[in-house]
Amino acid sequence: MMTILEHYHYLVFAVILMTGFYAVMAKLNLVKKLIGLSLFQAAVFLLYISMGKVEGGTAPIFSDLIDVELYSNPLPQVLILTAIVVGISTTALGLGIIVRIKEAYGSIEEHEIQELDRK
Amino acid sequence: MTIVFSLFLLTLLVVTAVAIVRTSDLFAAVMLSGIFSLMLAATFFLFDAPDVALTEAAVGAGISTVLLLGALSLTAASEHASSRNRVLALFVVITTTLTVIYATFDKPAFGDPAAPIHQHVAPWYFDTTREAIDIPNVVTAVLASFRGYDTLGEVFVVFTAGIGVLFLLGSPGNKPRKSSADARGLRHYLIPRMVGRMLIPFILLFALYVQFHGDFSPGGGFQAGAIFAAAMILYSLLEGEKRALAAVPSAWLHAMIAAGALIYGGVGVVTMLLGGNFLDYSVLSQDPIAGQHLGIILIEAGVGITVAGVLLSVYHAFAARDSS
Repeated sequence: MMTILEHYHYLVFAVILMTGFYAVMAKLNLVKKLIGLSLFQAAVFLLYISMGKVEGGTAPIFSDLIDVELYSNPLPQVLILTAIVVGISTTALGLGIIVRIKEAYGSIEEHEIQELDRK
Repeated sequence: MTIVFSLFLLTLLVVTAVAIVRTSDLFAAVMLSGIFSLMLAATFFLFDAPDVALTEAAVGAGISTVLLLGALSLTAASEHASSRNRVLALFVVITTTLTVIYATFDKPAFGDPAAPIHQHVAPWYFDTTREAIDIPNVVTAVLASFRGYDTLGEVFVVFTAGIGVLFLLGSPGNKPRKSSADARGLRHYLIPRMVGRMLIPFILLFALYVQFHGDFSPGGGFQAGAIFAAAMILYSLLEGEKRALAAVPSAWLHAMIAAGALIYGGVGVVTMLLGGNFLDYSVLSQDPIAGQHLGIILIEAGVGITVAGVLLSVYHAFAARDSS
């Protein structure tokens, strides 16, 4: 029982990761694919941040006011902090491309776009 | 208590993720992904990552929801059908999930202080931050000083993505405006407008606090840029595009995108001219630690300016596009 609780975050990571991946593969709507991709990304963020947590630790900010001996690991936090902002920028770029696809093809459904391409 | 709360949040995250993928209403999917981001931010906070939580709350729950809604208004509100290969996709996904879960069986337990990740370089960063940088927030110290190269690279990725969106959708200044009804925003709704008018100055003030107090408390350029952009987007939604662009013209935004990246790179060049390595802030002042402080404040300012400029320009690029 304890092992399941201690490994619960890995379980959540795997399920969210693959939920996002399913949307990327099985959904034909391009916006939905992009939302799936950001779910995939969010799962990776969650994995990194949960690995940095130390039981009984606190946020990695030194303080004279409280007596802290144990800090959580700051390194995954640094990686993910920048990754979130880079993620929104690339999502915005993807949305820009989708808007242009809509203007060119009149649709954002993958199968309709492919049919128009075949003509 | 914390463990119960985090188990609850993690379960909710899974439920929300499945709901996002299952719904065929794209508007609902976008709203749910905003909720997902907010809960993710709360989870990050519980996992001792306030810096990341701040970023996720501003970017994921705020700006990305607005951008997705902007894209939806230009495309379609609902999806038509799922692929014919659903069963195959489901098979691939379930197999991979089981494999990933199997692979995590021998991974360290949650919060284990003896996990390899905490043994290797992490203690070195704690000790050296105390000696060489001397700022309380270790995340900021690693981000801005130790790993300054990576952060410079990430700022350039944000910069490039912003330029890409502007190329794709055209800069807002030289497009024909939308019909006047759209450009008015929510000005005719009294309550949101009054509440927004009270909140926006404080959000902007908070962005500046997060920017300049980032060495001592959770915060820094990435978070501050996102919060600043969120406040201006709120202003634009409430008062209309035209007034928002009158307050911060798009020429300024374009200048901000370039200026932030230039400040960051410029600090690197100055440290080289002063005889140090690229982005080695110790040479900026007589006292190496004072030099580090100065360098971190300068490059964080550069990060904040670029992030705010890019996010706002991207928002305006979507908002100015005519949906016809």
